[in-house]
Amino acid sequence: MSRIEVLKTYKIFIGGKFPRTESGRYYPLKHNNKIIANMCLSSVKDFRNAVVSAKAAQGSWAGKTTYNRSQILYRMAEVLEGRKAQFIAELETQGIAPKNAVQEVELSIDRLIYYAGWCDKYVQIHSSVNPVSGSFFNFSVPEPMGVVAVVAPENSGLLGLVTQICSIIAGGNTCVVLASEKLPLCAVSFSEVIATSDVPGGVVNIITGKQNELINNFASHMNVNAILYCGSDKKVIKNVQDLAIENIKRVFIRENSDYFDAKHDNLYYIFDFQETKTTWHPIEQIGGSGSGY
Amino acid sequence: MKHIDFSNSPRIDQVGVDDRIARITARSIKKEAKMQGLMMTLSMIDLTTLEGADTEDKVKQLCYKAHHLHDTIDGLPTTAAVCVYPNFVKLAVNELKGTDVKVAAVATAFPSGQSSLEVKLLDTKLAVDNGAHEVDMVISRGKFHSGEYNFVFDEIATIKEACSKDVRLKVILETGEIGSLDKVRQASDIAMFAGADFIKTSTGKISPAATLPVTLVMLEAIRDYYYETGIMIGMKPAGGISNAKLALQYLLMVKETLGGKWLNNQYFRFGASSLANDVLMQIAKQKSGIYQSQDYFSKV
Repeated sequence: MSRIEVLKTYKIFIGGKFPRTESGRYYPLKHNNKIIANMCLSSVKDFRNAVVSAKAAQGSWAGKTTYNRSQILYRMAEVLEGRKAQFIAELETQGIAPKNAVQEVELSIDRLIYYAGWCDKYVQIHSSVNPVSGSFFNFSVPEPMGVVAVVAPENSGLLGLVTQICSIIAGGNTCVVLASEKLPLCAVSFSEVIATSDVPGGVVNIITGKQNELINNFASHMNVNAILYCGSDKKVIKNVQDLAIENIKRVFIRENSDYFDAKHDNLYYIFDFQETKTTWHPIEQIGGSGSGY
Repeated sequence: MKHIDFSNSPRIDQVGVDDRIARITARSIKKEAKMQGLMMTLSMIDLTTLEGADTEDKVKQLCYKAHHLHDTIDGLPTTAAVCVYPNFVKLAVNELKGTDVKVAAVATAFPSGQSSLEVKLLDTKLAVDNGAHEVDMVISRGKFHSGEYNFVFDEIATIKEACSKDVRLKVILETGEIGSLDKVRQASDIAMFAGADFIKTSTGKISPAATLPVTLVMLEAIRDYYYETGIMIGMKPAGGISNAKLALQYLLMVKETLGGKWLNNQYFRFGASSLANDVLMQIAKQKSGIYQSQDYFSKV
């Protein structure tokens, strides 16, 4: 008797757990008119729950030592390397050419390593001691913005998603990500990589569904500190910018792009989601050097 | 008064209770009904701070919050009361002068209740003399477990006597330490017959604190007592009720078990510290359509 293959149920990823959408809705994912999987059609309540998790996780994630965050990102790369074959197969199922699939998975691993390396270094690059006229020791350091809502690129199911997630969490932010609607399989499988790499629950939350149902809430939610929209729809961009005003959410737009390009190994992707904190520390004025420290 | 044998309190069908709760939690309350429920919840809160680290300033802030829940939203009620330790009662009464907000004090060697009756009476007297409108006492769980129901009964009755006539007595059963639902029912009966004006689930210091099943059993005890004596006893679940959705489920349960007569802060209270903010966030969301953040609501 031939064996019946056990197919995977693609669920969403909130607070380190894999629930189904609370709405109970699904959309069929098709390739060549064949249904590949039933994806969760997440509702705004799923998004709200994800934000609660992301907010709760943010403080302790930002409070980890930068070296520890670096290790965890590196661990994600290790785990992804071990599951390469699964991701390649998934990309191919969604219609990506085999050669490109291999390249996309390998580059995703390398990109994780790239951002893992920056975790304990970007703070030094962007910090400064500022000369001020007065008896103060004045210095500036970058700090994470908080919770970032991400609309992942539609045209790059794995590499585009990984690029955004790892650059955001490298800097101590947590995120809620809406996966590509047409290429969502790898996003769900990547959440399994995250769940098994010592990333605390809630640091990354991934939901699947339709952008036009969710984007207004992504942009308006008062507990979201920044939004990253990957796409080029001018109407959507304007809408996001309008809705983000209420709590002065920081808005970042990354237009559709070739994520294979090395320009996405970009230190400034980390800095995009950092605020600068400047501290004025009173000191005694010492000596003729004019230097207070 | 006829003799009551409390060891004959009705036994509770645990499976039936769970089934009833499952049906209540599956209910969805939306739009106007939700808004009405949220406003009602706010007006039923005993805004509570019972920390060893409480300071006069924290109590002052809490009192201010009790009647200024969120000034940017019009038409909000005040909370029902603030709930503090006896040594803060005088301050709280002073801060709340001219408002409808009551001052409740925990007394009788809260939270453990492990002391002599003399000490408990002094504790109660301190609260009452300083002007507390309500006293929240704890029962002696140890004596209850030893089967000394008369001791528990007499203690409640004595404390009730020590409260002046217009002071309402809430009796905390500490259901997390009492154990089974049968025992909860038994303790509820003892408390009500001994003179409690309110029965209350928990101190908030023991986990589990208030739960829906325990509250349902207590509500049913109140209903049976009402049928028997015609006296309406109040109910106060306390501890662990921190979100609006859960609060609405409690209200639903009260309405269906006891009816609309109990749906006001004379007869139903929530003992909570963080519930108010979650309810306020929900009200703001209902009004604006935008999900809110804790960052924009007062921390106390």
